[in-house]
Amino acid sequence: MKTEKNKKKPKIIPRKTPMPEQDPSQRKDNFEEVALGYSLEMALQEAERCLQCKDPKCVDGCPVNVPIPQFIKAIHDGDIQKAIELIQDKNLLPAVCGRVCPQEDQCEKNCLLGKKHEPVSIGRLERFAADWQGTACQLTTPELPSSTGKRVAIVGSGPAGLTCAYDLAKLGHEVTIYEALHEAGGVLFYGIPEFRLPKDIVTCEIALLRRMGVEIVTNAVIGKLISLDELMQDFDACFIATGAGVPTFPGIEGEHLNGIYSANEFLTRTNLMRAYNSPEFDTPVITGKRVAVIGGGNVALDSVRVALRLGAEKAMILYRRSETEMPAREEEIDHARQEGVRFEFLINPVRLIGSNGWVEKIECIRMELGECDESGRKSVCEIAGTQFQIPVDVVIMALGTEANQLLLKSSGDIALNKRGYIVIDEATGRTSRKWVYAGGDIVTGSATVISAMGAGRTAAKAIHNDLLEFMKE
Amino acid sequence: MAKILEKRLIREPDVFYYRLEAPLISRKAKPGQFVIIRLHENGERIPLSLADINPEEGTISLIVMAVGKTTTEMSMMKQGNEILDLCGPLGQPTHIHTVGKVVLVGGGFGVAPLYPIAHAFKDAGNDVVIIMGARSKDLLIYENEFNRVCDRVIITTDDGSRGIKGFVTEALQKELEKGGVDLVLSVGPAIMMQNVSQTTEPFDVKTIVSLNPIMVDGTGMCGGCRVLIGGETRFACVDGPEFDGHQVDWDNLMNRQKKYVNHEKLSFERWKQKHTNMLCE
Ligand SMILES: Cc1cc2nc3c(=O)[nH]c(=O)nc-3n(C[C@H](O)[C@H](O)[C@H](O)COP(=O)(O)OP(=O)(O)OC[C@H]3O[C@@H](n4cnc5c(N)ncnc54)[C@H](O)[C@@H]3O)c2cc1C
Ligand SMILES: Cc1cc2nc3c(=O)[nH]c(=O)nc-3n(C[C@H](O)[C@H](O)[C@H](O)COP(=O)(O)OP(=O)(O)OC[C@H]3O[C@@H](n4cnc5c(N)ncnc54)[C@H](O)[C@@H]3O)c2cc1C
Ligand code: SF4
Ligand code: FES
Repeated sequence: MKTEKNKKKPKIIPRKTPMPEQDPSQRKDNFEEVALGYSLEMALQEAERCLQCKDPKCVDGCPVNVPIPQFIKAIHDGDIQKAIELIQDKNLLPAVCGRVCPQEDQCEKNCLLGKKHEPVSIGRLERFAADWQGTACQLTTPELPSSTGKRVAIVGSGPAGLTCAYDLAKLGHEVTIYEALHEAGGVLFYGIPEFRLPKDIVTCEIALLRRMGVEIVTNAVIGKLISLDELMQDFDACFIATGAGVPTFPGIEGEHLNGIYSANEFLTRTNLMRAYNSPEFDTPVITGKRVAVIGGGNVALDSVRVALRLGAEKAMILYRRSETEMPAREEEIDHARQEGVRFEFLINPVRLIGSNGWVEKIECIRMELGECDESGRKSVCEIAGTQFQIPVDVVIMALGTEANQLLLKSSGDIALNKRGYIVIDEATGRTSRKWVYAGGDIVTGSATVISAMGAGRTAAKAIHNDLLEFMKE
Repeated sequence: MAKILEKRLIREPDVFYYRLEAPLISRKAKPGQFVIIRLHENGERIPLSLADINPEEGTISLIVMAVGKTTTEMSMMKQGNEILDLCGPLGQPTHIHTVGKVVLVGGGFGVAPLYPIAHAFKDAGNDVVIIMGARSKDLLIYENEFNRVCDRVIITTDDGSRGIKGFVTEALQKELEKGGVDLVLSVGPAIMMQNVSQTTEPFDVKTIVSLNPIMVDGTGMCGGCRVLIGGETRFACVDGPEFDGHQVDWDNLMNRQKKYVNHEKLSFERWKQKHTNMLCE
């Protein structure tokens, strides 16, 4: 304590320690990771900025309540191992979340330092700690208790499914994950591009699960190959985490022309099927010189930056509101700008015009912002007579997704809400059917990796407790 | 992984029959459904219809024409080899019910998926007629199989070398004129299914077609397989592949099928080149 007192109060560094990045002119042509991560020195410098608040507001902003000041203190003390243990106690996938979480809307938004200066870069420190430890491929397999003999099926291998599987396996349950695609990982694998989240990180997390005895069955579309009723005969409980993977189209004239993709298809072709590496890989993707992406979220930003890397000379975002309303992460918007992506705000497509079956022009109309509605979002409306056309080769629709009904259609006894998402008890993830739990985007609609993970964790805890309870009876 | 238990050439030079080990799929698969395969790590996902389903034996059969890179690579696989990924059954099964007289219409190697469908309609107590066409007699397949399950097999060839000389639609027209047709179901190239639908329309006979747009995941996630049915967007992989032929926007389907022609040509050429080099070494 004495030394503390003697130390003069450190001067606050107003800005975040910058993170080294690949040069924009270079990275716009490759699929390697954009942000390169902190060195130890940088991490120590950033950790130094934390005020170690007694009542840390950052923690309240984190959907899974990572003990933020404690892990930052551990980094500050040079005990990185302790830092990662503190994080991992709450967050199974720090290497993923440190890269893709919208910290500016969560922990960093609440950071006390952020009231006057830039907040502590909690995300970069999280990533630093995770990367320091190495990928999950380098980790020893955690020790497992003896088997409880209880079997749990998990449908979907996105962050919700993976987290639930990890927690249940660690408690000694036998877990089988069923995944419809040929690779596990959900959006982490097929949606978020390599330059933002290297696939090795995801693959290693999955390998760790396998080492822990979790069985992962790919190419297994539940509802088609095996029904939910059949699963419930073979397993004691089931967790549904099938995501919100169905793309929506605007329903405008010409949207069936060639050259028009949903963001999901465009990203699946490039990420999952690795069309960026064509003809090495067999799946093709249409790469245009002029690419317009409709939308303003992370998915739109990912699409436009992939298009740029596939060789687009003019890659544009067309968004119907203004920049302040864009749901995409600030960091991604900045990155995209640096790479040369053009942003067109307050315009909306009304029609797609083509010839010989291929899209050639997109007709847009200018929009204006009105009053805020009840949800606090500003309304938008068209300005009559302001139509104009933009020449394009490829158009990508990133207009949001809906619940994937493939499984739900064949299991009528699970209560859904009006929009087709599963209704659960928030505290436990229990659905209306006994022993069936759900979480992630199939409950909330398209949300975040960390909220899906949190839901997986909540359900794992409830499944464990319910099974114990049941075994006692 | 799915083992190829049997593979044989069934029509010179490029149509092959494959019987795959698929215990779970065969238990669940119904006529009218399809699977998606990926041959190897660098491979693409391609949809293939079920030409036979054998749950007792735990197998499914596919009949595949080698038209491009993936299907040609597949044709070079041998009995005992394994296909890396096999996913299914996908799509909605054919709605099998008792209607009376069902006329099935298929062309070329595309008649194969009609086999389990014919079987099911027959088992449901229908009068089942198949009209199968080909350019010439050597290109006909599955004739014996259909003879076994159908009440009548009508063969047409473009050159008249077997059966009726002409197109399947001409034979269909005659059947319709005779009357009593309650349902027409057609599988094959889009242009043929379009012509079939146009033929039945004036007779107001319900016509089901099995659409084959380009697919990726087959689970409703990408929207690449979207088709226009009665002016509405539907995903063929989950809502189909079977739809009312009178509602299909055929121009849209055929245009979308051509989307990757240039890529496909290039990829096939490269592969062939590499392959001949390999053979020469
Ligand atoms: C392009 C893109 C970028 C994003 N960027 C970010 C970001 O930067 N930060 C962030 O926090 N979030 C981001 N998100 C959102 C985030 O990825 C999702 O909220 C999260 O992945 C949801 O997790 P999940 O486990 O619920 O479902 P998903 O990740 O969607 O996984 C569901 C899995 O279930 C499988 N499945 C579906 N039906 C069946 C069935 N019947 N049988 C078997 N398997 C089935 C699917 O194939 C899929 O693999 C992004 C999303 C996208 C699409
Ligand atoms: C529901 C469905 C069922 C099918 N059933 C059969 C079958 O039983 N037997 C059979 O031989 N063929 C079938 N096909 C067609 C088969 O999928 C294509 O022939 C195959 O994908 C061609 O791949 P390729 O690389 O060999 O040729 P390519 O050179 O890549 O393509 C040749 C043509 O095949 C079509 N095609 C290419 N890629 C795809 C794709 N991913 N999805 C759909 N079509 C594509 C295109 O129209 C293309 O012009 C079916 C297609 C669908 C959609
Ligand atoms: S709110 Fe900011 S300064 Fe306070 S403990 Fe959290 S990260 Fe540190
Ligand atoms: S193939 Fe992707 S949605 Fe049908």
